[in-house]
Amino acid sequence: MTLEKLIFYVLAAVVLAAAVMVVTRRNPVHSALFLILAFFASSGIWLLAEAEFLAIVLVLVYVGAVMVLFLFVLMMLDIDIAVLRSGFIKMLPLGVVMAIAMAAELILIVGPGNFGLEKYAAPARHAADYSNTEELGSVLYTVYMYPFEIAAVILLVAIIAAIGLTMRRRTDTKFIDPSTQVVIKKGDDRIRMVSMDAEKG
Amino acid sequence: MEFLISLWEALPYELQYLIWTMIKIVAIVLPMMLLVAYYTYAERKIIGYMQVRVGPNRVGPKGWLQPIADALKLMFKEIIIPANANKLLFLMAPAITLAPALAAWAVFPFDEKLVFADINAGLLYILALTSVGVYGVIIGGWASNSKYAFLGTMRSAAQIVAYEIAMGFALVGVLVAAGSLNLGEIIRAQEGGIFSWFWLPLLPLFAVYVISGVAETNRAPFDVAEGESEIVAGFHVEYSGMAFAVYFLAEYANMILISALTAVMFFGGWLSPFQGWPVLGPLFDWVPGFFWLVIKTGFFMFLFLWLRATFPRYRYDQIMRLGWKVFIPITIVWIAVVGLAVVYQVPWWFD
Repeated sequence: MTLEKLIFYVLAAVVLAAAVMVVTRRNPVHSALFLILAFFASSGIWLLAEAEFLAIVLVLVYVGAVMVLFLFVLMMLDIDIAVLRSGFIKMLPLGVVMAIAMAAELILIVGPGNFGLEKYAAPARHAADYSNTEELGSVLYTVYMYPFEIAAVILLVAIIAAIGLTMRRRTDTKFIDPSTQVVIKKGDDRIRMVSMDAEKG
Repeated sequence: MEFLISLWEALPYELQYLIWTMIKIVAIVLPMMLLVAYYTYAERKIIGYMQVRVGPNRVGPKGWLQPIADALKLMFKEIIIPANANKLLFLMAPAITLAPALAAWAVFPFDEKLVFADINAGLLYILALTSVGVYGVIIGGWASNSKYAFLGTMRSAAQIVAYEIAMGFALVGVLVAAGSLNLGEIIRAQEGGIFSWFWLPLLPLFAVYVISGVAETNRAPFDVAEGESEIVAGFHVEYSGMAFAVYFLAEYANMILISALTAVMFFGGWLSPFQGWPVLGPLFDWVPGFFWLVIKTGFFMFLFLWLRATFPRYRYDQIMRLGWKVFIPITIVWIAVVGLAVVYQVPWWFD
């Protein structure tokens, strides 16, 4: 067994173990942390497959941004595990059927019948100065220009919709518009002299 | 000696490679730790002088041994683990903060040929690693099982996430201007004296990067993580002894990293400021590139301390406003400007 294979099997084992932990942990924060571990290990596998751009972006986007926000929400929500688990036995048969169906589909598509060295030859090794990022960029911005931009627009719409849905005007805050704070002048703007009678007693 | 050389040659190639790599890592990390220790000393001395005090002067001549004494004290202190805290995560969190701050140096070019791993996607690697550092803050605050620590976590993590975006965008501008993700290539794209460096054409991005760097490391005037005037302390309120010291180390290691990255991205890394100038250029040719890098990094390290001694703390809502509503729009506009400048090959920098 070469070193590369050894690294692959170690990483693959970590991915699988972490994935199992994600669905079996009782504490949702632990589940999220195991999901992060799974992302890290898969990024290692992509690195082995010479897809360094995707590997680094997986860490940058999913670990560095998406999961941070996930953890934020999970830590602040008051999650009642008992309520979450209440329908477990009742839903179990349906869940098993769904799981078997999905596993069967996966095996049919990416099973050993369709993939393997005789179906797809191993990709040629690239030299050390081969830039994955550059290749990806030059294809993404020429051949796949429209799909790429349409995806970007859809994401933008989703962002605007999400903000629009959660936006609320609060009338009871003491928020002061920063620009009025900045343009304040010395003298009358800052201070108002009031003359009033002294209180007695 | 003969015996040692023959012993070394008897080792298989993979093992030799492994040992050699380990030695290189130690050669980067060990000076870094020493630098961190004396950076804390420099901070106390410099801020002391700025406030007309003397600073530490009891341990060793002029207080030189103060960082060593501090480290020893922290090592022998007890690490108190709060009741019902998640012990594993509690102890792991400081290490999670420190590891990315050290690992980022792997792709850092110290000189023309002096780089540990000269990879193509160096800038992406650094962005990815620095974005992982926030987990130390989140996990540490959550695992402490304390409301104060958790609120501190939310404050600093929200701040770090916000400024990371501005920082990333500022680096996108650098990447567009240099046309490469490799840090060495980015430096080579800035060749030709102090006015060819990227700080001039990318001035808004440079300002955003430095200020975001200060916010990212939770330093004054953005140090709401400490916030001694308003809260007990931030996410690390439950930490003591060495566990706290590791957080502390990570903060200073991150400051050094950001200073060094600013020198590379905007100030031409190892390049001489007089490169290509008529008289001064050849006069300073003999100076090694590493020396210039150290001077530039040192300046930005000093800037961190200078800011801390000078400015009052920002209010929290103002911090968030600055990050989201001021810096991110500035960077997006300037990326467009740089993109146009590169496409139309605007003279002096991009032709």
